[in-house]
Amino acid sequence: MTKSIIVEVNKLNKSFGDLHVLKDIDLTVKESDVVCLIGASGSGKSTLLRCLNFLEMKDSGSISIESEEIDQHTHDLNAVRQKVGMVFQHFHLFPHKTVLENVMEAPLHVKKQPKVQVKKEAQELLKKVGLSDKENVYPSKLSGGQKQRVAIARALAMKPDIMLFDEPTSALDPELVGEVLTTMKELAEEGMTMVVVTHEMGFAKEVADWAVYMHDGRIVEVGHPDELFTAPKEERTKNFLDSVL
Amino acid sequence: MDWLTTFIDTAPIFLKGMLLTFQLTVVSVIIAIAVGLLFAFLKISKIKILEVIADVYIFVVRGTPLVVQIFIFYFGLTSLNISDFWAVVLGLAFHNGAYIAEIFRGAIQSIDKGQMEAGRSLGMTRSLAMRRIILPQASRRALPPLGNQFIIALKDSSLASFIGMYELFNVATTQGSISYDYMTYLLIVAVYYLVLVLFFSIIVSLIEKRMSISD
Ligand SMILES: Nc1ncnc2c1ncn2[C@@H]1O[C@H](COP(=O)(O)OP(=O)(O)OP(=O)(O)O)[C@@H](O)[C@H]1O
Ligand SMILES: [Mg+2]
Repeated sequence: MTKSIIVEVNKLNKSFGDLHVLKDIDLTVKESDVVCLIGASGSGKSTLLRCLNFLEMKDSGSISIESEEIDQHTHDLNAVRQKVGMVFQHFHLFPHKTVLENVMEAPLHVKKQPKVQVKKEAQELLKKVGLSDKENVYPSKLSGGQKQRVAIARALAMKPDIMLFDEPTSALDPELVGEVLTTMKELAEEGMTMVVVTHEMGFAKEVADWAVYMHDGRIVEVGHPDELFTAPKEERTKNFLDSVL
Repeated sequence: MDWLTTFIDTAPIFLKGMLLTFQLTVVSVIIAIAVGLLFAFLKISKIKILEVIADVYIFVVRGTPLVVQIFIFYFGLTSLNISDFWAVVLGLAFHNGAYIAEIFRGAIQSIDKGQMEAGRSLGMTRSLAMRRIILPQASRRALPPLGNQFIIALKDSSLASFIGMYELFNVATTQGSISYDYMTYLLIVAVYYLVLVLFFSIIVSLIEKRMSISD
């Protein structure tokens, strides 16, 4: 079975002023792939993710989503973003809306789907992430792990073709990391295509199909997590792994 | 007690004045909120020319006395057959609009950038995210300073007496000049202002309480 390509990046470059942050990035993500992105702080991981859903605009190179090259000047980027879900390190739940309203917001007001259907699907999603009992609670009353699970449900509500996670557990207390990783693992098992920036090597080894090591704006090494983590080919990868493990 | 008798005897005319003060304030602040919102958007539009327009407006309002602004509106607008009431209301709205613009701008910019990004990442347009995500949170933050500005506007409306509007302060000075007893009437009018301010302060804090259920 040949899997279709969800995201294809070619020679992507991005600078902030004089700071060249992404350098000739090539990346292909196929359907139901789980890709873990690792690398030191400042290596450009977040910027790469943000380019993939056009929260950040590339300077050169090409980005295709589902075989369609996206021209950031002419394309309806709002429509593209509907297909690319994003989960942030600091959740960014909408504090003035209840948990259920957070999940319903985009299907209701972006896709303009009927409320009855949206509500039913939102409730199912909350059940899936184990938060049915929190439907009518405001985010300020949730733990970090619960907030992140709501954020995942909120992104899933748009039925994206790919989910981007930017360090989804690094703002959490250690004892809350597990519940979020479990939710992500279940998602991966259901066949969701995922790109995950993470320092959770255990999760990467267990769930990822392959891992990407970034250094100073470049992809230095790509490989199966088992190999990349235990027997990296590149000296820089090895140094990084020594420093985090 | 003399003062109290006078207070009670003059209640009908003071209550009439209070009604006019109330109308001037409420109508002008409602318009000022619309004006303020508009100029707040100009200021955050990142379009140079619009930002400059907003800056000039705010500079002019801050840089001239309110009484001058009211007189300019009064003479300017009444010559166009606009009533005294509306001339003063628009003058007050022009003035308060600038301060309210700054209140809204501050409130909008105080909302975490992640909120706009989260909205955008779900496929919202900038304006939809502004309407559904940013503004509801920003108006909550703007409420205390807005309430404060409202009270300032209420007291500032006394300047309408200079162009003959028979609002609270004018009632007091007129009574004072008739009786040659300014002090009695000034102390009476101060009580009316205090009651109005107290009334609005309570309303604002009730609204604040209702809006803060999610924190
Ligand atoms: N909006 C911006 N304006 C200017 N510089 C930026 C901006 N965003 C990121 N940078 C810079 O780009 C570089 C890469 O940042 P990025 O956030 O992509 O790194 P990262 O790999 O995600 O790091 P971390 O692990 O700390 O999250 C950093 O040097 C950062 O300071
Ligand atoms: Mg980052």
